[in-house]
Amino acid sequence: MGRRQTYPTKELSRRSFLVLSAVAGGGLVLGLPNLNASADETSAQTPFEAYLRIAPDSSVTVLSAHVEMGQGIFSGIAALVAEELDADITQMHAVGASGNTRLYNNITMGGTMQETQGSSAMSSSFERYRRAGATARAMLVTAAARTWNVAEEEITVDAGVIAHPSGKSASFGELVEAAVRQPVPSDVKLKDPKDWRYIGSEKLRRLDAKAKSSGRQDYTIDIKLPDMLTAVVAHPPLFGAAVKSFDAAAAKRVKGVVDVVEISHGVAVLGQNMWAAIKGREALVVEWNNDKAEKRGSARLLQEYRDLAARPADALAVSRGDADLAMADAATTLEATYEFPFLAHAPMEPLNAIAHRLGDRLDLWGGFQMPDHYQKIAAKTADLPQDAVKLHVTMAGGAFGRRGTPDAQIVVEAIECAKAIGWRVPVKVQWTREDDITAGRYRPMCVHVLKAGLTQEGKVSAWKHRIVGQSILAGTQYEQYVQGGVDPSLTEGAADTPYGIPHFAVEVSNAKVGVPTLWWRAVGHSHNAYVMETMIDELAAAAGSDPIEFRIGLLAERPRHIQVLNLVAEKANWGKTLSAGRFRGVAVHETYGSVVAQVAEIVVDGDGGFRVDRVVCAIDCGLAVAPDQIRAQMEGGIGFGLGATLHSKITLSDGAVDQTNFDTYEVLRLSGMPKVEVHIVPLTSPSTGAGEASVPPIGPAVANALAAATGRRSRVLPLQPLS
Amino acid sequence: MKLLINEASHEFDADPEMPLLWVLRDLLGLTGTKFGCGAAQCGACTVHVDGVAVRACITTASSVEGQAITTIEGLNGKAAEAVQEAWMRLDVPQCGYCQSGQIMSAVALLTENATPGDADIDAAMDGNLCRCNTYHRIRAGIHEAVRIMER
Repeated sequence: MGRRQTYPTKELSRRSFLVLSAVAGGGLVLGLPNLNASADETSAQTPFEAYLRIAPDSSVTVLSAHVEMGQGIFSGIAALVAEELDADITQMHAVGASGNTRLYNNITMGGTMQETQGSSAMSSSFERYRRAGATARAMLVTAAARTWNVAEEEITVDAGVIAHPSGKSASFGELVEAAVRQPVPSDVKLKDPKDWRYIGSEKLRRLDAKAKSSGRQDYTIDIKLPDMLTAVVAHPPLFGAAVKSFDAAAAKRVKGVVDVVEISHGVAVLGQNMWAAIKGREALVVEWNNDKAEKRGSARLLQEYRDLAARPADALAVSRGDADLAMADAATTLEATYEFPFLAHAPMEPLNAIAHRLGDRLDLWGGFQMPDHYQKIAAKTADLPQDAVKLHVTMAGGAFGRRGTPDAQIVVEAIECAKAIGWRVPVKVQWTREDDITAGRYRPMCVHVLKAGLTQEGKVSAWKHRIVGQSILAGTQYEQYVQGGVDPSLTEGAADTPYGIPHFAVEVSNAKVGVPTLWWRAVGHSHNAYVMETMIDELAAAAGSDPIEFRIGLLAERPRHIQVLNLVAEKANWGKTLSAGRFRGVAVHETYGSVVAQVAEIVVDGDGGFRVDRVVCAIDCGLAVAPDQIRAQMEGGIGFGLGATLHSKITLSDGAVDQTNFDTYEVLRLSGMPKVEVHIVPLTSPSTGAGEASVPPIGPAVANALAAATGRRSRVLPLQPLS
Repeated sequence: MKLLINEASHEFDADPEMPLLWVLRDLLGLTGTKFGCGAAQCGACTVHVDGVAVRACITTASSVEGQAITTIEGLNGKAAEAVQEAWMRLDVPQCGYCQSGQIMSAVALLTENATPGDADIDAAMDGNLCRCNTYHRIRAGIHEAVRIMER
């Protein structure tokens, strides 16, 4: 791909930013500050794009292709740029980027979309952002050489200072005007890893810790545009229901309510502030048409799932050998049924988005995990060309998958509200917690039926696993990945097991339910790891083997799994007898390329209760770019998974969601958080991500500890009390 | 209505039943206090009223007239500085959305009890949810703040 020029907005141009961007597949784009760029030139490409900007005050702003939702990616990407730019880390800032799939596509996920998912942000960014930093450095060096009339080779850059042995030195800001006039190098040399000072450093800190420790970090909920209205939407009480009629008279009498409008997803009350909109919604009378609504309750769904599991499966995900024949020959067989509930993501900042149309341009604000997909849907909703839609990807108050929905519902709601009032003023749609918990988009409810066989010698010879659940990907932009009736998001972590089981089959039956589902942190791995790792544990017990030795025996061709198991065993003193009342369990699982092993220690009290006291965690995620953030993701993911294991469930009664807020949708609280100890395998192989990999193993590790304590297996989630 | 917030007097016109949370956020622009549940279940909206941690989402504005209200923006003093320093030192926040509330609860705890044990921390902090589950570092951060205060 050849070189092209882009032109930043006038606002940026006035500040003489250096705007650099690299196009996927090679070739560099330099955005020159050009105040005289004509409308034609600027419309050739959306003028919002770059990987980094250097301001006259020497601050460096990285435009992150990935939304920051807590996982620390802004800090990680800023470190990549700072490394090659030889900036001082304190110069670095990061903001969310959007609007150009060529620049911000997720390379790891195939490169067709901009997306933050699948723990892929670091691997997608590693080359791209280091290259951007190195390119900017090269241009600053060329500018310095020409300005000082010295050889480039004699110039050094260290911690944001460009210097020459003659005593000349300059900051980035002092040379940025000259740097943007230099030719863009067609290739740059990246540092030898031994020279890294930021990548892999224990000293790397979050860029946003100060703002987030002082209330100064703004999220979408905090953005206030002039004359903006806040909309609260009355959503249907049942999935699939629609508005039949509504009476807005009482709602409109509420002080501060400005308008009441019908939108695709319900009826929206627009107020001067959130409280007015909430009170207005309370006063609103809506009659719903429930003809097409899902009206089944959880008990009935569960029975139907069990019935489906008892019948021949819809599709075969994987088959090796002959599982049925080997099962018949097995000396011992174990059979189990597992039940997993629907789960809500419940990020702390309830979903929101702001829409503002001015002339032919539509601006949207939100913490979006799929910006260009949302942009596409927004353009369609607003009847505008896609490049007329500018997304401002804001800091997200948690996401866990929830801020990337295939139908972009929150954005559609905001646009439809703004459109309904004639685009008069900006509109922020703000969901309440009740909207969030009852809106669907859950981790699918699942029933797994599993039968496994052991030989006389205690080897696992046969494995037959049937998964009943809903497809997440069917009907979405990822539908192409559903092949032969198998949605890989339902089978991941089972069909691709690392265990060398000779006769192995995983089947799927797709339930048809009107409850919308969504990827929930670690997606299919979150339930499949539980099934795999508790059954392996059962088999180890049946074979009279140590659970770690038994696993290692099945992992002959998986050195990474063996290494994390050995590491966690060593750090958890696996062989050592525990004090009375204390029990441990182990689990290992690979999630999106990273392998995590955990040993959970539980303490059982006299009343049948237990608490998880300590978790030792080992991770292989390739090169650890920001070790302390990986540790933070392990700690947080363990808490996230533990809350789901012990407390969380979404249930339905006649189709209506039973839980509405955190009083009924229970999650982990501080008192339930175990001590966590994280060990990272030191590696130089490509980074494989850390955002999700600690979630899947915690459930089975705890369940295996519980089985060690009681001799009984828990197969219904969330785990029931012991007694 | 007139409220004393962060040592300044604020006069405004509002429904007396309007929760303090929305007065702070929507009428006065003090957005550091967050909305998480609206039902005193998550603690994201925690502020101090006469030094006591309360949930602004269920506290009507009229019920706190004449009392000293402190939000994250007006937080100061030895315990506050120690907690915020500890939070930065340990990189406690992830998404950060709940952290204003976490810090307000932690400061209220340390103001009352300068050497809390784990049981005290559990009792004081259990009402503050964090979906990133930064609890491990919140606990460590409180212990770190104690050490900073003892310096």
